[in-house]
Amino acid sequence: MSATSPAPALLPAPHTARRPRTPTVYRWELRKLVAQKRSYLGLFLGSLIPVIFVVVQLLVQHDHRGADNIFASQITQSGLATPVLMLLFQSFFLLPLIAALVAGDIVAAEDGNGTLKTILTRSVDRGQVYAAKALAAMTYAAVAVFLSAAVATVAGVAAWGFNSITTYSGTVVSAPKGLLLVFAANAVYLIPLLTIVCIGLLLSAVTHNSAAALVGTVGITLVLAIVGQIPGLDSIRPYLLTDQYSNWHGLLRTPTDWGPIGHSAWVCALYAVPCMFAGYLVFLRRDVAGG
Amino acid sequence: MPEASSSPSPTLPVVARGLVKRYREVLAVDHVDLNVCAGDVYGFLGPNGAGKTTTLRMALGLITPTAGKVELFGRDPMTAGARALEGVAGFVEAPRFYPYLSARKNLQLLAALDGGDAAARIERVLATVELTERAEHRVRGYSHGMRQRLGIAAALLREPRLLILDEPATGLDPGGMRDMRLLIRRLADEGITVLLSSHQLPEVQELCDRVAIVDRGRVVYEGALADLRRQGGAGYRLRTTDDTRALEVARRHEGVDNIHQIDGALGLQADEQHVGTLSLALGAEGIGILALTPELATLEDLFFRLTEESAAGNGAQPPAPEDTPVRLAGAS
Repeated sequence: MSATSPAPALLPAPHTARRPRTPTVYRWELRKLVAQKRSYLGLFLGSLIPVIFVVVQLLVQHDHRGADNIFASQITQSGLATPVLMLLFQSFFLLPLIAALVAGDIVAAEDGNGTLKTILTRSVDRGQVYAAKALAAMTYAAVAVFLSAAVATVAGVAAWGFNSITTYSGTVVSAPKGLLLVFAANAVYLIPLLTIVCIGLLLSAVTHNSAAALVGTVGITLVLAIVGQIPGLDSIRPYLLTDQYSNWHGLLRTPTDWGPIGHSAWVCALYAVPCMFAGYLVFLRRDVAGG
Repeated sequence: MPEASSSPSPTLPVVARGLVKRYREVLAVDHVDLNVCAGDVYGFLGPNGAGKTTTLRMALGLITPTAGKVELFGRDPMTAGARALEGVAGFVEAPRFYPYLSARKNLQLLAALDGGDAAARIERVLATVELTERAEHRVRGYSHGMRQRLGIAAALLREPRLLILDEPATGLDPGGMRDMRLLIRRLADEGITVLLSSHQLPEVQELCDRVAIVDRGRVVYEGALADLRRQGGAGYRLRTTDDTRALEVARRHEGVDNIHQIDGALGLQADEQHVGTLSLALGAEGIGILALTPELATLEDLFFRLTEESAAGNGAQPPAPEDTPVRLAGAS
């Protein structure tokens, strides 16, 4: 950097420039996620489990007919049973963990690295940054769920065919409708999963520490799951976040049972809205002294 | 350079009034008042832990003052949010970037967060800090000096009218420090007001026209650097044909203090009027004056004097307006 070298003049000018909008900030939050290797860890795990599952089933050649779960008993009859079973297995721990991985990190990591002060001294308000980060974390969680479902579907169909499938109510649905139901079930599962994202964001803003936010978020879900298993607490079980993980079962019945879906929507809102609002307030008012 | 007035205009680049930041029992910033005028290259001096960075963080809206307020071009970052930073750029402590992105990507991101046509200036600012050839490299592999330069580039993207720089030369090699000084000087010459926090006294002495010296969170001096040097340490060195007799004459002379022999000459302190009458008195005694040289105290002398006096418990005084004599905290 030689000041004697010719360089164009940088004349100061009064700023009347149009300020960026939140979607712009959101797009850059996504680009940052795409550029980080650790973002792929969760996606990789969510995609790897269905592949392992299918490979093991092919190797073991176990006859699942008569299994307790109706979809488990259809594994070798229809490839569409695989994504349903994967959602069943992963919805209680792995997918919440993947969601918490990014949600807990998205504010705290920037604070620790000092880049939060870099972006907060530009022309965007803190509220915009928080909204963009929340949307990016939610997008990541949704991508993880649908990617896992897509991999499970492709693997299942490749192994056992694109065949009709029997739902929880015993009704046989065609393969195309079954495929639609599989992805609708994953979409409904996003309701509790995005609630976990909100909890992760709050802890990320409060703790300034990625690991603490991740462990805290997963810890909360585990505690709720344990509480749900305590005898005598049956009356509160329908209001536990972890009980909403199976809200999508209603979609796989004929006729569709919308009750659990509507119930999970408002129960999750009871968790998500305060967490999101509290996280927003903390982010708005907190001192940015990191880095 | 515009003069600071005793009742600053609300549109001054930086005005701080009674700024306080307390962390539990620790008072990091203690009723700091600042006036940075348009066109200033304003040095914000103090030892480590004096509260410089905390003050700058409050100025940029990164941390909330416990009391008092700071305004940038008349806008309070605490209430106006990002609007208060229009025309303002800079960094506190080391500039930070996304290590997994290239320099160009980092600047593209920041330009997107600046809005307007900031993206169109990326090539120009990269050229200004001579990082064009390394622009595609990830910042993870950048040296400290390159990151500092990228920090300047990121600030220039905003076409600032006020540039806030916190220790920009820290960690640079001598060549890098020189280049950084030249760049800041050039930006100032182009009309950008610079608020420069530093504990590198030669840097401040070379670049700044006005300074605030802080110690233990308090401003112990604010005003023109030239006034500080002139009034804080005005002295003379006198060589005569007979130093022994000249010493006796000077000691008898009213208004001449701190007379001492130094390196074959006499050192003394006096204002211009008394130096004039002393020279007449020496002539009347038949003592010839070979040399009478004014000696200004260095910024380093003054800095240590002020901060040591502050440490001794003499306390701070309010900043000195430009139209009144410079006041040194604790100095009589």
